[in-house]
Amino acid sequence: MTMLDIFPNWLLAHGPAFLMALPLLLAAITAILPNEKIAWFSSFAVTLICTVTAFALALNNIQNGVSVYPLGGWDPPHGIALVIDALNAPILVLIAFMAVITIIYALPATIAEVEPKKRAPFYAAFLLCMAGLLGMVVTGDAFNVFVFLEVSSIATYTLVAMGASRDRRALRAAYNYLILGSIGATFFVIGIGFLYMETGTLNMAGMARILHDLEGGSRVAKVAFGFIIVGLGLKLAMFPLHMWLPGAYAYSPTPVTTFLSSTATKAALYLLLRFIFFVFDPDFEYVASVLTYVLVTLGVVGMLFASMQAIFQIDARRMLAFSSIAQVGYMLLGIGIATTASVAAGYLHLINHAIIKGGLFLALGAMWYRFGITRISDFKGMAKMMPWTMGAFTISGFSLIGVPFTAGFVSKYQLATAAAGAGWWWAVGVIVVTSILAIFYIGQALLLAYFQDPPKIEGRTVAKNEAPLAMLVPMWMLVFASIVIGMRGGVIVDASWRAAIFLLGGGQ
Amino acid sequence: MIDLLSFINPGLWIIIAGAICAFLPVGSLRKALVLAAPIFAAFMIYMIYPFGSEEIIAGKVNFGGIELTTLRIDKLSVVWGYLFCLAGVLNALYGLHEKCRMTDSSALIYTGAAVAGVMAGDLITLFIFWELTAISSVFLIWKGGKRAYAAGLRYLAIHVFSGVLLLAGAVMYADANGGDFAFNYIGLENPGGWLLLMAMGIKCGFPMLHMWMQDAYPKASITGTVILASFTTKFAIYALARGFPGTDILIWIGAVMTCFPVFFAVVENDLRRVLAYSLNNQLGFMVCGIGIGSTLALNGVVGQVFLHVIFKGLLFMSIGAVMYRTGTAKASELGGLFRSMPFTAVLCLIGAASIAAVPMFAAFVTKAMILAAAVEEHLYIPFLMMLFASAGVMEHSGIKVPHFTFFAHDSGRRVKEAPWNMLLAMTLAAGICIVLAFPWGGYQMLYALMPFGEAVEYHPYTVDHVVFQMQLLFAAIFAFTLLKRRGLYPAERRAEILDVDWIYRRVGVGIAKWISAMWAYVSILTKRLRNHAMQEAGRRLYQVFSPTGRLSETAPSGLPALMTAAMLVLILIIAYFVR
Repeated sequence: MTMLDIFPNWLLAHGPAFLMALPLLLAAITAILPNEKIAWFSSFAVTLICTVTAFALALNNIQNGVSVYPLGGWDPPHGIALVIDALNAPILVLIAFMAVITIIYALPATIAEVEPKKRAPFYAAFLLCMAGLLGMVVTGDAFNVFVFLEVSSIATYTLVAMGASRDRRALRAAYNYLILGSIGATFFVIGIGFLYMETGTLNMAGMARILHDLEGGSRVAKVAFGFIIVGLGLKLAMFPLHMWLPGAYAYSPTPVTTFLSSTATKAALYLLLRFIFFVFDPDFEYVASVLTYVLVTLGVVGMLFASMQAIFQIDARRMLAFSSIAQVGYMLLGIGIATTASVAAGYLHLINHAIIKGGLFLALGAMWYRFGITRISDFKGMAKMMPWTMGAFTISGFSLIGVPFTAGFVSKYQLATAAAGAGWWWAVGVIVVTSILAIFYIGQALLLAYFQDPPKIEGRTVAKNEAPLAMLVPMWMLVFASIVIGMRGGVIVDASWRAAIFLLGGGQ
Repeated sequence: MIDLLSFINPGLWIIIAGAICAFLPVGSLRKALVLAAPIFAAFMIYMIYPFGSEEIIAGKVNFGGIELTTLRIDKLSVVWGYLFCLAGVLNALYGLHEKCRMTDSSALIYTGAAVAGVMAGDLITLFIFWELTAISSVFLIWKGGKRAYAAGLRYLAIHVFSGVLLLAGAVMYADANGGDFAFNYIGLENPGGWLLLMAMGIKCGFPMLHMWMQDAYPKASITGTVILASFTTKFAIYALARGFPGTDILIWIGAVMTCFPVFFAVVENDLRRVLAYSLNNQLGFMVCGIGIGSTLALNGVVGQVFLHVIFKGLLFMSIGAVMYRTGTAKASELGGLFRSMPFTAVLCLIGAASIAAVPMFAAFVTKAMILAAAVEEHLYIPFLMMLFASAGVMEHSGIKVPHFTFFAHDSGRRVKEAPWNMLLAMTLAAGICIVLAFPWGGYQMLYALMPFGEAVEYHPYTVDHVVFQMQLLFAAIFAFTLLKRRGLYPAERRAEILDVDWIYRRVGVGIAKWISAMWAYVSILTKRLRNHAMQEAGRRLYQVFSPTGRLSETAPSGLPALMTAAMLVLILIIAYFVR
């Protein structure tokens, strides 16, 4: 009797379709629900069901290997296939799990951040976004990826714009994101078009096989590769294409920021991995040179520049946003080194960063919820005003820096080991330097919070006012996850290695 | 029950007792523990290793991939084990009057670390207890008052350094031997061996590495000095005897070590310091014996160590008792105390006779064995050096110490006799000194302890040997008297004699002061420059990276779009042309 036996067979068989259909369907219903409570409850139920399903599918994948689900009974070359393999199963669990966390947190947060009339549509847009993300991860069809990418993106623009009731700048951020996101999606779909021209199929496994037979293909394949990398690079905020990100993260409602930072860019990174190592192959000369010269360079420059920018930020959320860009740099570095160990490390950092940054954004949101804090200078005395929230912020912050016994340490250490193992010693130096920069930007907030007294208003010290339980519970779940991975990261580390071995084979 | 406990190094019991003492507020209970712990440890040694049994190796612990042997008792280490327990009991008796939690606990931990250390089966375990003896004993020095603080720090620094050398040597040695940390014969074949020799040399006071001993011992508290003199150096002698028997260089190191402290001892005024020099000189005999490495020499060393702990303890105890009553140990301020402290005077004389190797007293047998071994191996120059040193021992420890304390000119001090517990401890020590040198059945008991060879076949009480020794001693007495009469003997003066430690206590401190002064000077000069540079760098960084800086300029959506196109071109160029 294994854990897998708990789940019924029909769930395992039809789970992939379930994952994307259920949130899509419920999104439509939720949009017209009159009551925000009911809307919340239905969204919560959907996210929970999706998490359980994703978990079951991941377990099934570990035991039984790759499973292909032909949608509507049409077999892959002609119809659309949904694929669960070692690469996307953990990402599905991550997205669904983060959706649950965000939805729990959204219960109090939306009341403060979103206008009453827009709350039910908020949940609808959220479900739509989640459906898009799950869909683009689960599907095995390249064009289908584009469709779901657009579904999630359009939902995201709406969600970001809903921050307008808190800060009007959200509108401009959403508009900016809309323009750039559309450019990214366009580039991506152009790339897919070229690839279809070259291979004559839209099934990704089929594309991979044909490209392999063509030994990399003609110039059309190269152009396709370029378009896809740039399009995805925009979506995942690769360094010079990150302009949309700080605004979108800083002004959207907290649950949206959390969900975006821990899933949207991660799904795009997943697609990058899928296209570079699965559809294309790092053995192709042009893929290898782009990996070495573009991804690594931009990753490293992004790590350094974004970390420096994070240090000088005034707004705490913008600081974390820039830190996110820097962390994307780590993942790109891991992908660019392109050994099994480095890809595993990059993949691990992807998961860990989702958990860490989620925790940080939730803590910041709670501070805004209670005290309206957005600036780093307002952290004064926060350890006395909100000890539990600040505790979560501190531990997540340590994890971001990479203090031992936290998740951040595990993945940074693996990345450094992988870089050293491939002979990239200078990259180890960069990892250390940017970790030190992270000490600066997280440290300045911690110093203010722990070594300054709370501010005084009309001669009286501001009293302690802890965040509500519905905020603390998801926040501490993420902190706990971060510590567990740091102490004994077995399952997650294994998952990352399985993904890397699936992509590159264990030999390298 | 015994089976279970027999995996545990007996020294750990004493260490545990010491840890309990640190938190035990009741003085009498603490004292009971201080007395009982060494006795219990000795009992445990007996239970684990009955007389004459095979080598016991137990307590294997796997620690980070290295297998540690925390307990190894054989013929060699068992002697030290019992000896340290015996010394622990004597020291406990001697310090029975002192109500001090810190002394009790650190003395016990120190004793326990020494016992555990000699029973360490591998170099890592040895290193742990090596450092523990240093760290626990420094509190005994610091009990000596303000003056002792700096000396304690120096002592600690040197001993921790010795431990670091030991660890480095152990790692190198094990590396050369395929990762085997076992502590057996080491030798000097690989560089790790030299480091280990240096580490042990520091701890047992090789010439030029000895200064911590004369620096720290006289400054410790009264009981502190007695306790300190028992363990550290003998622990190091054990390590040498185990790791470097028959290493030629030790013969010469030992010979020099016997001679040079004689000169310092003669001119020194502080009697505890005189005894520290004499301790160093005694260690020289042992080092030399280890260097000779024949069965006779090594047996002599083991016997000498055993007796030395007792009679050197006795001498420190008697001077300590004097100091306890008069408040000083300076030769210039003492004298004529035999009237008021007759028992102490007699016991001190027994100790003096023992160290000077007067027939019928302790060292007569064992020192003779080492000297005889030197002759047997045709090492005449070391033999002559040791002979000179023997006369020197007679001169400074045998005559000078009791003479200036109890006789000489009357200082006019009229004090009480030493407390009963001190007298008891000294009497026991003196009894051991006499019994173990007794010609009819006494020294044979000592022989029974000696680990090497089948049975010891050395007869010390031959006519020529006794006569020879008496001649030597009388010559020394004669020289002393002559010099004294002529007024040539260095008068007892208040002065601090610096030897090699001058190098670091004066020159080193001077250099450190100069550097810190120059540093302050330079930092004041460059302060403006540095501040300016820092500000400038900060401003530049701010201009680029801050929210109002270059990188964050709010661009219309067109610019990022253009950037995207530029990226595409870049990637296409690389994909097309870079090979």
